[in-house]
Amino acid sequence: MKLINATALAGTLAVAFGLAAPASADIRIGATLSETGPAAFLGDPEAKTLKMLVEEINAAGGVGGEKIDLVLYDDGGDPNKARTFATRLIEDDEVVAIIGGTTTGTSMAIIPVVEEAEVPFISLAGAIEIIDPVRPYTFKTPHTDRMACAKIFEDMKARGFTRIGLISGSDGFGASMRKQCLDIVGDYGIEVLADETYGPTDADMTPQLTNIKGTAGIEAVLNPGFGQGPAIVTRNYAQIAVGLPFYQSHGVASDSFIELAGKAESEGVRLPGTALLVANILAGDDPQREVAVAYKTRYESATGTPVSTFGGYAHDAVRILVDALGRAGSAEPQAIRDAIEATSGFVGTTGTVTMSPEDHLGLDLSAFRMLEIRDGGWTLVE
Amino acid sequence: MPELMQFLMSGVTVGAVYALVALGFTIIYNASDVVNFAQGEFVMLGGMLTVLCYANGLPLPVAALIAIAVTAAAGVALNKLAIEPARGAPVVSLIIITIGASIFIRGVSQIVFGKQLHRFPSFSGDAPIPVLGATILPQGLWVIAGGLAVFFGLWLFFTRTLTGRAVLATANNRMAAQLVGINTRYVMSLSFALSAAIGALAGVLVTPITLVSYDIGISLALKGFAAAMLGGMGNPKGALAGGLLLGLMEALTAGYVSSQYKDAAAFVVILGVLFFMPQGLFGTKTTERV
Amino acid sequence: MRLSTKATTLLVLAIAIALAPALFPSAFYYRVGALIFINGLAVTGLVVLIGYAGQISLGHAGFFGIGAYACALAPVHLGLHPVLAVVFGAALSGGIAWLVGRPILRLKGYYLAVASLGFGVLVAMVLANEAWLTGGPDGIAVADPGLRGALRAIGIDLSNAQFWYAFCGLALVIGAWLALNLHDSPTGRALRALHGSEIAARTAGVDVARYKLHAFVISAVYASVAGSLLALQNRLVTPDMAGFMHSIEMVTMTVLGGAASVPGAILGAAILTALPQVLTVFQEYEMLMLGLIMMLVMIFMRQGLLPSLARLLRGRGG
Repeated sequence: MKLINATALAGTLAVAFGLAAPASADIRIGATLSETGPAAFLGDPEAKTLKMLVEEINAAGGVGGEKIDLVLYDDGGDPNKARTFATRLIEDDEVVAIIGGTTTGTSMAIIPVVEEAEVPFISLAGAIEIIDPVRPYTFKTPHTDRMACAKIFEDMKARGFTRIGLISGSDGFGASMRKQCLDIVGDYGIEVLADETYGPTDADMTPQLTNIKGTAGIEAVLNPGFGQGPAIVTRNYAQIAVGLPFYQSHGVASDSFIELAGKAESEGVRLPGTALLVANILAGDDPQREVAVAYKTRYESATGTPVSTFGGYAHDAVRILVDALGRAGSAEPQAIRDAIEATSGFVGTTGTVTMSPEDHLGLDLSAFRMLEIRDGGWTLVE
Repeated sequence: MPELMQFLMSGVTVGAVYALVALGFTIIYNASDVVNFAQGEFVMLGGMLTVLCYANGLPLPVAALIAIAVTAAAGVALNKLAIEPARGAPVVSLIIITIGASIFIRGVSQIVFGKQLHRFPSFSGDAPIPVLGATILPQGLWVIAGGLAVFFGLWLFFTRTLTGRAVLATANNRMAAQLVGINTRYVMSLSFALSAAIGALAGVLVTPITLVSYDIGISLALKGFAAAMLGGMGNPKGALAGGLLLGLMEALTAGYVSSQYKDAAAFVVILGVLFFMPQGLFGTKTTERV
Repeated sequence: MRLSTKATTLLVLAIAIALAPALFPSAFYYRVGALIFINGLAVTGLVVLIGYAGQISLGHAGFFGIGAYACALAPVHLGLHPVLAVVFGAALSGGIAWLVGRPILRLKGYYLAVASLGFGVLVAMVLANEAWLTGGPDGIAVADPGLRGALRAIGIDLSNAQFWYAFCGLALVIGAWLALNLHDSPTGRALRALHGSEIAARTAGVDVARYKLHAFVISAVYASVAGSLLALQNRLVTPDMAGFMHSIEMVTMTVLGGAASVPGAILGAAILTALPQVLTVFQEYEMLMLGLIMMLVMIFMRQGLLPSLARLLRGRGG
């Protein structure tokens, strides 16, 4: 009985890891994304984008003549698993850089591992904590949630709103953005009069919206969240006829949001988005137009689904990494890291990226566009 | 006052879904003494299969019927392949089996249907209907009507048809039912098929409001299970009452107390009921043979 | 000198843990090993509750989470050293288990299951919602316990992964030893008696309620320490450590390998922890295969893997 225990234990361990990939001369890049789990909505387009781009780059000859070998794991949104996969990528697969961390939780779990192993890491998550304080090996491509709040408040201020209502998802994304928004809302002369929340799997938010509707003096409502929540909130919003200007977050910046929330219900909703959603209506001299249109076309024809901002984050991460590889001249993690930090004027779908030792994001608010849904499609707000 | 009305509307709509899920739990529990944690997945399958059929051009009612039929078949398969072979296993094992089944179904759905959110159009449009100062969506009315229709239909089935009474007999005492010539295996399959079909119907009715994706099953199963416990496991009246009560509690807590802890309110009340009225609201006190 | 079953088990476990690193192709396996030991520790506690006492809990991850968050919060708010925070977490979990267990354990079967589930869900909810204290759904960082530094000071230099492998392995051996001792102690016998039949045990003079509570508290402490170890290793805690799915994982690990015995449960923990790593080749099918394994093992090997394997090897005699 006890012998079996020992054999089983050792055997399980041994068998499990006979599947380590063989080493080769390719440049090996690792990724751990949340393809399944509560953040699958985000991780799925990210994974598809990574695979698509690596294929494209390799077909064109790779980087400096060397092919890219992508090792992709699915952490299911679990920070513990993300850390384990990060360790596996570094120790077992021996990658030279990691892209990943779909959610803030998974990114924060990966950070200690990459910082200790000194391997560059480009995160695809939104929270500001990922790059503030700046850590030597951690970078990120999405706008911070703080920036999204700032963009929204800018627009609200321009429209003369001073008192708003908030209804946030209680998941990581929604809670983090709500916190950032509450932090900076005073700077724009705006007051939050109602602060409601809902669970990410809730089916009906009319009670919370009824409370907001019943609070006197509210001029506009903001909904930080992603996934099914905002779609249901938007439907409920129309159902009980709140009648006030409605803002969503960048978490729903995708065509499927309009479809899920309903064309009529999402009419007039504003949210900060990247160039991707409006790629086709950008001005001809807009620096992002070419990159955005190219990715959008490629993604939509390869996957048959509408492009999403989250895929765009992954796209930028790969392109920045490849660009850095080219500039670094070597595939050593340290050299790659230095080259990423030296990225300057790089045009991606999220914006024009210029990093520095103090800024591992490299974006400013100009890259964020204020979009409005009109007639079932996206329009730019001037 | 109009606020309260809106909370009540919300509570009843959501509660009707919980009631249908709880009813599914109840039917299977009555037939086989098993709490089927995969019940939530039947709701998901009902919604997803309808989405699939509808997206491939079939008219909505046909898509819905196909979805319900296929899900009913899945329920029978679950019984034959997972529950029946485990007859007599301890409660812990049965819990793991049905949770394993729910994970399996979710895993298959993830591959077959993908991970994105889906929806199909509401049955009678989306124009909100004003009711006493509040509004309800037409689809919400469908959900409530569907729930009531199911309960009424089941009541008729159990009290007016021979098969229905055979199901009740089997639930009461399997050995005695066999002795009077009831085909208990058929009754088991029927119960599972019925339970799965009810779950699928709930999925079909509610998807236009709440959207569907491969992983909505688990939280529905938890809520439905809690509702069934609240009403008294094994009693269909209890399932209806428990589901509606749970929905109302959630809506009222979200509206009046705190939207953050609305799920907590439900569980706290359930814990309270379990401590002071362990058999639930409508359950009967059980006696244990020593 | 004939070794008792208990001593053999512990010896085999300790030797396996000590020698396994010789097979490791890379430092990654230390990490997986440490995770196996942490999960093994948590399920050893559940063996006491589910295997010895025959109860159910679908909310034990709540205690895991309490232990984990204690290591994150106690150093910051109470000034405790992270290692003392582990003890604090265990005491807190034990205390909460004592308070919650008394009413809950009066219930049986599915009612006990839903009550414990409710408890676990409430803990996870509090951890996720009270962001001012717990950092919210994204969790909170944990301070460095400084243990590696202490070792370095006396000349032993281990990598992060190696240190935690050794430390968690040691914790598991100690935990297993305590649980095996419990099995043969008066408390253990009382638990096994009430598992067999509560009425009979009560008639024989066993204070059923008290012993059930003991089992509940003991298993809570095990889960709490396991959670603390994970928190200190990951330097991060998140509310899903206390979540329903984690509770299910813990119960599955326990029951999969054989709930009645400590080595069985540790085997279950080893298999289910290593499984996602093995299945990365079939990443798309991981969920499907996990569900399938859960069903198949429980249907065909009701006692769990270890007893079934043992029976197989011993031959079909009797």
